[in-house]
Amino acid sequence: MRVVVTAQGTDLDSPTSPIFGRCPAFVFVDPETMEFEAVANASVAAGGGAGIQAAQWVVDKGAQAVLSHNVGPNAFAVLSQAGVAVYRIEPAGTVRQAVEAYVAGRLQAISGANVASHTGMSGMGRRGGGR
Amino acid sequence: MVVTVASGKGGTGKTLVATGLADVLSGEAGSNVQLVDCDVEEPNAHLFLRPQLHRSEEVTHPVPQVDLTQCTFCGRCAQVCEFHAIAVLSGKVMVFTEMCHGCGSCARQCPEGAITEVPELLGHLEFGRAGAIAFAHGRLEVGQALATPVIRQLKARALPRAASTAMSILDAPPGNACSVVETLRGSDYAILVTEPTPFGLHDLKLAVELARDALGLPVGVIINRDGMGDAGVESFCAAAGVPVLTRLPFDRRVARAYSEGQLWTRVLPEYRSQMLEVARAVRSLTEATS
Ligand code: SF4
Ligand code: SF4
Repeated sequence: MRVVVTAQGTDLDSPTSPIFGRCPAFVFVDPETMEFEAVANASVAAGGGAGIQAAQWVVDKGAQAVLSHNVGPNAFAVLSQAGVAVYRIEPAGTVRQAVEAYVAGRLQAISGANVASHTGMSGMGRRGGGR
Repeated sequence: MVVTVASGKGGTGKTLVATGLADVLSGEAGSNVQLVDCDVEEPNAHLFLRPQLHRSEEVTHPVPQVDLTQCTFCGRCAQVCEFHAIAVLSGKVMVFTEMCHGCGSCARQCPEGAITEVPELLGHLEFGRAGAIAFAHGRLEVGQALATPVIRQLKARALPRAASTAMSILDAPPGNACSVVETLRGSDYAILVTEPTPFGLHDLKLAVELARDALGLPVGVIINRDGMGDAGVESFCAAAGVPVLTRLPFDRRVARAYSEGQLWTRVLPEYRSQMLEVARAVRSLTEATS
């Protein structure tokens, strides 16, 4: 089991990042052992679609849950289609505190995107899907 | 000749100037004028000119459609899309068509040939006449974010006329985004409309940087609602060597005509000669620089 936390730095005591697609780093943590792997976010410089790219990458890395503050609608659509749960970190703190709050069941699962896409997305129903 | 009327932000009088210019020029004997409203997100010039529209056309762009029976979920399409418009999950391919630029890379690179391109509607163009004015505008579909392809096609369809017009006037979208660049590109002259306030000055500086410095167009300024605000815009223009084409006074009657959807140069004919002067100045300034 691995969860991923959006972070401003690359260790367990880094502050969490309020954004998903362009957060400086992702810290993958095993909540049972607190073993972690931190990776700088390649999507920071992405022109558009940083959220989609980051979500794809998080899915490919095998995360089962995302702990973040804000996830945009496109990224959320990818994560939820892939069966990855998204939890809101509240209040802000360190990566370690976020994972501890998650283990203690204190984080709330997000059931929809909680920030608007800057591209003005009008809903996955009409335009999403592969065919 | 093609003249774009632009401003750093909305509400400065861009459409007022564009429609007023078109109207006074169309009143000149034998004059052939065109107005193209390029603000495809919120076209409004038609409210004042009330053209008869007699032709419309769709603007589409190709977006990928994935045949999941052929797809192996290899992820290649997501990797090659520089706009990150595709995500490949196990058993699913998600296409975010509002991020897609229709470049076709994904379809070309798919090793299974699982992607076909299907047209998606981006917007509509409409063409018509308002008296002696040839009119065209475009409208972005609700929920679409890509204004530039709509503007590009609008210009491609409307501007071949420009060779035979006394002036083809493009009403640009507000702001300094790609859609404004798309509108300005290829113009002979840019009229930048501003207000004599610190906000107006801030936006004017950006507009001058874009139109003159980045795109290399000759530019001139119209100060709208002159008499309010301060002298900042005047001193900027003097220092930057940007001609002030005219100053339109702060006049409640103009505001009222505008809010009632009336063509101000008809309701208030005393402004006609002033706007004709602007057209003449633009013509001679363009000739001087070309
Ligand atoms: S490149 Fe083709 S086969 Fe590979 S995931 Fe995309 S659509 Fe499927
Ligand atoms: S057509 Fe181009 S922009 Fe659109 S999804 Fe394919 S690769 Fe991306």
